[in-house]
Amino acid sequence: MLLEIKNLHASIDGNEILKGIDLKVDAGEVHAIMGPNGSGKSTLASVLAGREEYEVTQGEIWYNGKNLLELSPEDRAREGLFLAFQYPVEIPGVSNTNLLKTAVNEIRKYRGEEELDAMEFLELLKEKSKLVELDQKFLSRSVNEGFSGGEKKRNEIFQMAVLNPKLAILDETDSGLDIDALRIVANGVNKLRGKDKAIIVVTHYQRLLNYIVPDFVHVLYNGRIVKSGGKELALELEEKGYDWIKNGKSEVTV
Amino acid sequence: MSTTETQKIEELANKEYKYGFVTEVEEDRLPKGLNEDIVRQISAKKEEPEWMTEWRLKAFRHWLTMEEPKWPNVKYPPIDYQDISYYSAPKKKPKYNSLDEVDPAIRETYNKLGIPLEEQMMLAGVAVDAVFDSVSVATTFKDKLKELGIIFCSMSEAIKEHPDLVKKYLGSVVPYTDNFYATLNSAVFSDGSFVYVPKGVRCPMELSTYFRINASETGQFERTLIVADEGAYVSYLEGCTAPMRDENQLHAAVVELVALDNATIKYSTVQNWYPGDKEGKGGIYNFVTKRGACRGVNSKISWTQVETGSAITWKYPSCILQGDNSIGEFYSVAVTNNYQQADTGTKMIHIGKNTKSTIVSKGISAGRSNNSYRGLVKITKKAENARNFSQCDSLLIGDKCGAHTFPYLEINNSTAQVEHEATTSKIGEDQIFYLNQRGISTEDAVNLIVNGYVKEVLAELPMEFAVEAQKLLSISLEGSVG
Ligand SMILES: Nc1ncnc2c1ncn2[C@@H]1O[C@H](COP(=O)(O)OP(=O)(O)OP(=O)(O)O)[C@@H](O)[C@H]1O
Ligand SMILES: [Mg+2]
Repeated sequence: MLLEIKNLHASIDGNEILKGIDLKVDAGEVHAIMGPNGSGKSTLASVLAGREEYEVTQGEIWYNGKNLLELSPEDRAREGLFLAFQYPVEIPGVSNTNLLKTAVNEIRKYRGEEELDAMEFLELLKEKSKLVELDQKFLSRSVNEGFSGGEKKRNEIFQMAVLNPKLAILDETDSGLDIDALRIVANGVNKLRGKDKAIIVVTHYQRLLNYIVPDFVHVLYNGRIVKSGGKELALELEEKGYDWIKNGKSEVTV
Repeated sequence: MSTTETQKIEELANKEYKYGFVTEVEEDRLPKGLNEDIVRQISAKKEEPEWMTEWRLKAFRHWLTMEEPKWPNVKYPPIDYQDISYYSAPKKKPKYNSLDEVDPAIRETYNKLGIPLEEQMMLAGVAVDAVFDSVSVATTFKDKLKELGIIFCSMSEAIKEHPDLVKKYLGSVVPYTDNFYATLNSAVFSDGSFVYVPKGVRCPMELSTYFRINASETGQFERTLIVADEGAYVSYLEGCTAPMRDENQLHAAVVELVALDNATIKYSTVQNWYPGDKEGKGGIYNFVTKRGACRGVNSKISWTQVETGSAITWKYPSCILQGDNSIGEFYSVAVTNNYQQADTGTKMIHIGKNTKSTIVSKGISAGRSNNSYRGLVKITKKAENARNFSQCDSLLIGDKCGAHTFPYLEINNSTAQVEHEATTSKIGEDQIFYLNQRGISTEDAVNLIVNGYVKEVLAELPMEFAVEAQKLLSISLEGSVG
């Protein structure tokens, strides 16, 4: 099991947002998490990534045989956990290349691997930027500064491609992407799938799931996973909305 | 050992003695207090000619009529000027027999900065042998300068050996009446550097490496004078990235630069005097007057400073743009952490026609520190077509620190073009988290952001100095987040 979340409760500023989440993700799988606004999807992603503002009050998270909650955010990243942010942050003065170079080498150092030299690194950037069709000019620009909404999302997936994570969490990466960009980015993500890797996609739209076909779909509502199913669940949600699930909360299957 | 090598070592041994790197048991210090007699004694100890003694006395008498400035945005308890000893001969006595005896914390910092072992020993005051790499480099270095007619020596030596040049230029940019601290310095200055680059000569090396070591001995009242004659070029590096402690709390240095027709002077500083402890105890008060006169046509003076040390920094490296088409530049990074206070900036005084000035100031405040930029751009009546561009940025780390900008503009000529940009930003938790999520530690994340922020200024420093300065910034900001 790559990721196992058991009865996870988390709060922020004393408000409980996650109210007992159970989720198992195996290597090779793609899980989609859907659910109405404010249900706790980004909160779950933040807790997995280790954002300190959130307090885990109950439960456990096991990742790749390790107690995830004991790892610092940077060590989680170095262990192969990647979060594509719903709202990527702008970092003026720090170029995309510089960020990635530092990140790649820190991760390699942590794993006891040799740092990449400048040439190898540039090769890697070139190759991965092709994967998501990212224009080279974005490499030298400051991280996300002045990027359009869609460019920011594409840049997140570019970073994912360079860092090659074991577990990637994509938080609404599709929102803000135009139709062509959605296809390109989704194809990029598909190329990053692998037997030993897993992806959790948080999305509101079935459309993305036509490209990145999930093995499981979960519905998060009010801090709990209230329904799980196969890819056809997403179609059903698209058609019926969330009300039928909200009303029939007893139908929980994990 | 070959004869030339033996000779070299002998030469070095002599040099060391001359520059005070050899054991001398007696310490020579004047009693506390300041009066005419003390001023005379300082001058006598330095075996100065009469005219120098008189100049010091004039300064002292003027100083008595002056008051300490109160306008800088810094706070400190009153200084008792009678409770300071104004002269102590450079300490020649090594404090330790080996590096192992030196405070491990200081050694760790040296190592982080990548300072070579021999230099570490010099800086820490460890006894060293005569065979010392940087010193031998310095010997060949001095010969080379001599060949070109460049004078590079201590101020004391210049007063004796080159009185005409000193008389002509000393106090010509910063007169002894200038301001409280500069006047005090004029009366009691200990030593400093003197540089004269003759007509048409381009100084082929940065005046630096060796003098980094010397810098650990420059006292509290340093006096530096650099003159670039017509068409000359010189780049001078002052200071040291290594942390420097000094029992003297008050430092009041004066630096004067003179650039004649078509001459260029580049002056770079890395200031890392002891900033005091985390609670704000101790630390150096660094009250400095630095000014350059672009006296000739097409002359250029460029100041670059990286200020990380001192409990209080009060300094405004300035340019007086007298010559037509002359250029003044000021590039600054000032970091304050814990309880440090800095009030720093520049003055660009445009007098000649078509004069240009550029100001790039990057303040970084962390902890409970206070960081002010204070800058004046003055365009005089006759300064046709003057141009200035100022960029003053502040970066805050945490929410207990302060950043302030005080830009002053005096424009008396309508052809002037003056542009001022200012930004204030904060290293946000979300930025740090974003970088953490990419596998970068908080400390490295801060460094990444800070380095991005200051790169424009560091680019002005000579390469190897820039690398050290970058490391220094990260050390100065250690522990400022999280
Ligand atoms: N500091 C806070 N105090 C109280 N409530 C908070 C705080 N921060 C977030 N919340 C609430 O937590 C809930 C979950 O937010 P979250 O961002 O996880 O939702 P989401 O499922 O990702 O929604 P969306 O689909 O709109 O992105 C929201 O109702 C939000 O208002
Ligand atoms: Mg969300």
